[in-house]
Amino acid sequence: MTADTVTPAPSKETAAYIDFQNVSMTFPDGTHAVDDVSLEVRQGEFVTVVGPSGCGKSTLLRIASGLAKQTAGTVIGNPREMGYVFQDATLLQWRTVQRNVDLFAELEGMPKKERQQRVAENIKLVGLTGHEDKYPKQLSGGMKMRVSLARSLVMEPSMFLFDEPFGALDEITREFLNDELLSMFSAKQFGALFITHSIYEAVFLSTRVLVMSARPGRIVASFDIPFAYPRTPDLRFGADFAELAGEVSEALRGAHA
Amino acid sequence: MSASTETGTIQASDGVGPEEDVQQAVPLAAPTDGKSRKWIELIGPVLALFLFIGIWYLMHYWALEAVFDRPAFLITEPDRVIEESFLDSDNRTTLLQGLYWTTVVAMCGLAISIVLGMTIAIGMAQAQWLERSFWPYLVALQAIPILAITPIIASVFGFGFSARILVCVIISLFPIVSNTLFGLLSADRMQHDMFTLHGAGRRTRLMKLQLPGAMPAIFTGFRIAAGLSVIGAVVGELFFRRGEKGIGILLDVFRQRNNYPLMYGALLLSSMLGIVVFSLFGWIGNKVVGKWYESTREGR
Repeated sequence: MTADTVTPAPSKETAAYIDFQNVSMTFPDGTHAVDDVSLEVRQGEFVTVVGPSGCGKSTLLRIASGLAKQTAGTVIGNPREMGYVFQDATLLQWRTVQRNVDLFAELEGMPKKERQQRVAENIKLVGLTGHEDKYPKQLSGGMKMRVSLARSLVMEPSMFLFDEPFGALDEITREFLNDELLSMFSAKQFGALFITHSIYEAVFLSTRVLVMSARPGRIVASFDIPFAYPRTPDLRFGADFAELAGEVSEALRGAHA
Repeated sequence: MSASTETGTIQASDGVGPEEDVQQAVPLAAPTDGKSRKWIELIGPVLALFLFIGIWYLMHYWALEAVFDRPAFLITEPDRVIEESFLDSDNRTTLLQGLYWTTVVAMCGLAISIVLGMTIAIGMAQAQWLERSFWPYLVALQAIPILAITPIIASVFGFGFSARILVCVIISLFPIVSNTLFGLLSADRMQHDMFTLHGAGRRTRLMKLQLPGAMPAIFTGFRIAAGLSVIGAVVGELFFRRGEKGIGILLDVFRQRNNYPLMYGALLLSSMLGIVVFSLFGWIGNKVVGKWYESTREGR
């Protein structure tokens, strides 16, 4: 089977989406990272992939964004419409919060006036008003992640790729940022492909949770999460929530074996 | 947390979340209060200075004769060095003029090293084959005993100013290339991916990611090279003696005349020059990157 390139979404579809059809990835060193993965994310959907560490979850995002090329299968989607939020905040240490938020728009050559407006808007959106002139070293981990989010939001992507963005944060900060991310999702109705190894995070955020097996990563289970949006923080304490999380956990346990 | 979905504005109740306490830069020293810390910071250097001068006197008045069985005049006592070198106006003028010329040579050499070294490093960061091909020669250049190639430098460049500057460049080039290159290559993979995703070319990557991120390393290189350029200038003057009389020339003249007080005076001046240029580049570096760079030790 020959690998197709990432091709733009057909124009008849108005909404952006990512479509993986039987995608496999083997690295040059022989590591078989992803095996026959098919998945689809449409705008307005929040799809999360959970799986053990090193199962090739991040590779899916690298393929979707065009940073890496699958060795087999087809990927449809337009990387230009996607916002990639990295595992680390990856802020430029020498730039202030304001200039970090401005970075992508600057690289893409957006007119200065529009940039200024969007940067101010999104700094406000992530609750960092008043911190514009601070340098990353003066920020906590949670604040850095907010800057990273705002930086992607400036480009107004219709599809987000999240690579364990809150993995390095403490539980309280993580839940807090989950709540905020969901509010943004409800407000903006983008699509999201989210990678995590936290089951609770996955169930709380998603419309659909996919469970990936240990390497070579393949999708072994799929759960539709029925809770309506906007979701409130106390959803986490409900019996339904616990039950679903239990099911996902069980599937993950099976995947690990 | 209240989220007003109509406007899409998300705000935490207190503006920011519970984790948002801004980290203050806490000095890594022992938890002492400000006053006693200041006191320790002052007393240490003063003690070190007294110790230094004490050992100097000890050498002159006791150790040279009693331990090493050599005449005491080989190490002039500090007060006599000061008196003859800096209180006598003729001698002072000679020494300060020497200092001036050495400074000129050192700074010319350093400037050339900075321009040349950064160019080489940027080229190597852009093309790995350049690095692989030329790196060994740079290491070799640094390892060459400069005295061994002095005769060749002299026969090609003469015994004047340009030969001295060349010695300076040879000595101070390597730390600039190695530190700049290290800095340029230290941008992490995710940051590079980020630039790739947003269509950044080589030039943009260099100007907006690699060079700014390399500044702390670059200034470390400048600082080391600045100190070395003074050594280069003095060593150069010891061998290439045509023209202006820099400190290196004076050192040799005084040694030949057995004028030890002035020789130590000249040594003191060249050390001072080294300290000054080293600190100057430390200071400039701190001005440039201090605002954002998280160094492991405060106040360096």
